[in-house]
Amino acid sequence: MNALWIIGGVAAFGIVYFWSLYNSLVSLKTQIEEAWSQIDIQLKRRTDLIPNLVSTVKGYAKHEKSVFSEVTKARSALMGAKSLDKKAQANDMMTAALGHLFAVAEAYPQLKANENFVQLQKELSDTEDKIAYSRQYYNSVVNDYNIKIRTFPNTLFNETLGFHEKKFFETTEAERKNVKVDFE
Amino acid sequence: MTIRSSIQSNITKTYLIMSLFVAFVVAAGYVFGNALGYGNDIMWMAVLFASISSFVSYYWGDKLVLAMSGARPADRKRDFDLFTVTENLAIAAGLPKPKLYVIEDSAMNAFATGRDPHHAVVCATTGLISRLDRRELEGVIAHELSHVKNYDIRLMAVVAVLVGSVVYLADIFMRTLWWGGGRRRRDDEGQLGSVLMVVGIVLAVLSPIIATLIQLAISRNREYLADASAANLTRYPEGLARALEKLHKDHDVLESATNATAHLYITNPFKEKNFGALFANLFNTHPPIEERIKRLRTM
Repeated sequence: MNALWIIGGVAAFGIVYFWSLYNSLVSLKTQIEEAWSQIDIQLKRRTDLIPNLVSTVKGYAKHEKSVFSEVTKARSALMGAKSLDKKAQANDMMTAALGHLFAVAEAYPQLKANENFVQLQKELSDTEDKIAYSRQYYNSVVNDYNIKIRTFPNTLFNETLGFHEKKFFETTEAERKNVKVDFE
Repeated sequence: MTIRSSIQSNITKTYLIMSLFVAFVVAAGYVFGNALGYGNDIMWMAVLFASISSFVSYYWGDKLVLAMSGARPADRKRDFDLFTVTENLAIAAGLPKPKLYVIEDSAMNAFATGRDPHHAVVCATTGLISRLDRRELEGVIAHELSHVKNYDIRLMAVVAVLVGSVVYLADIFMRTLWWGGGRRRRDDEGQLGSVLMVVGIVLAVLSPIIATLIQLAISRNREYLADASAANLTRYPEGLARALEKLHKDHDVLESATNATAHLYITNPFKEKNFGALFANLFNTHPPIEERIKRLRTM
């Protein structure tokens, strides 16, 4: 009789444990997907702003062809990228290309005074901030998820349940470091 | 203190303060009522008043606070930096974007209010938006979003409305005592009446002070905590440190701030002007800015 109670208790504990683990992993996975779609939205916004920018700059600096082709190439790479790694790579390419474009723009005072150009520049640098922040959020959620998956005893059955470790969204940009916070 | 435990403690404190407030107002109603010779009628009115204002402070606290501060809704085009910076940091914090408001005032300040992250408001003055660069503004907004994330806003909005109503109530009773109280008093009430009368006056004088003490009890440490979480969100403590330096040097007094709303702001909206030297420390709702900047720079 006693042995039955003990076995029953252990089984009940196991079920509850599995249940809550499964649910928390599912909810983290959903958060990761949401964070990922946020990055995607911002990357798309960046590609959407490019044609307008290129045509504005062309109006003042027609012969800077190499810069335009670099930006256009980066844009189509970003649009065509499917996987996380490819997107991160294409996004880095785009950052470099835009850096060149804005450096070239420095030589054209009239362009720099153009209201449309100023607005586009503001929107683009805001989009860059948004990409950086959504990446920061994505990576922090992925980190939480990976830690949960790797800890014992979860690590024993995660693969069977279909939870695999996720990759971070990494860039070549200087990573902004997490600050050390001492607060008691 | 982790975020989760500070959320829990804020929610508990909100209910505690609401209960204390009801008890305080009902007790005050009893004393005033008897001092003025109206008996317990005033107390029942106080019960009604306290329950209504607690309810209102919980559900409409943010709207009242906004009305008290005279803010207008922000516009993406007109307030581009405020708008986009808030969007960005909300993404980073994994929060819904709060509603944004702007106070037309050259003094530099900002506050957040609301009931929870889904009903949150962030408000900044035009002075703040125009005189900070983007990284500094990010620091300030991240500080406000930290208040949103750990439910400081709920506690602070409830306190703002309740404190506001205590001050208002004390004001009304002071006037009644002054103009009408004497007539009601009859000789046969004797000494008890005049004792209660004195207590009534003392309470009327004390209630704004008590109200201020409630604010102080809740306000100081949370500023340090919000600074720390802000630095963690922007990954750039120097931005907020620089912003605080500018706020510290700014000597404009925010016209629309009142005793009831002072604790909401990122820095004391009255500056030092409102307080005598003796009370300066007791009534300061905020920790010293120098100390906050120092802590940010050592992170």
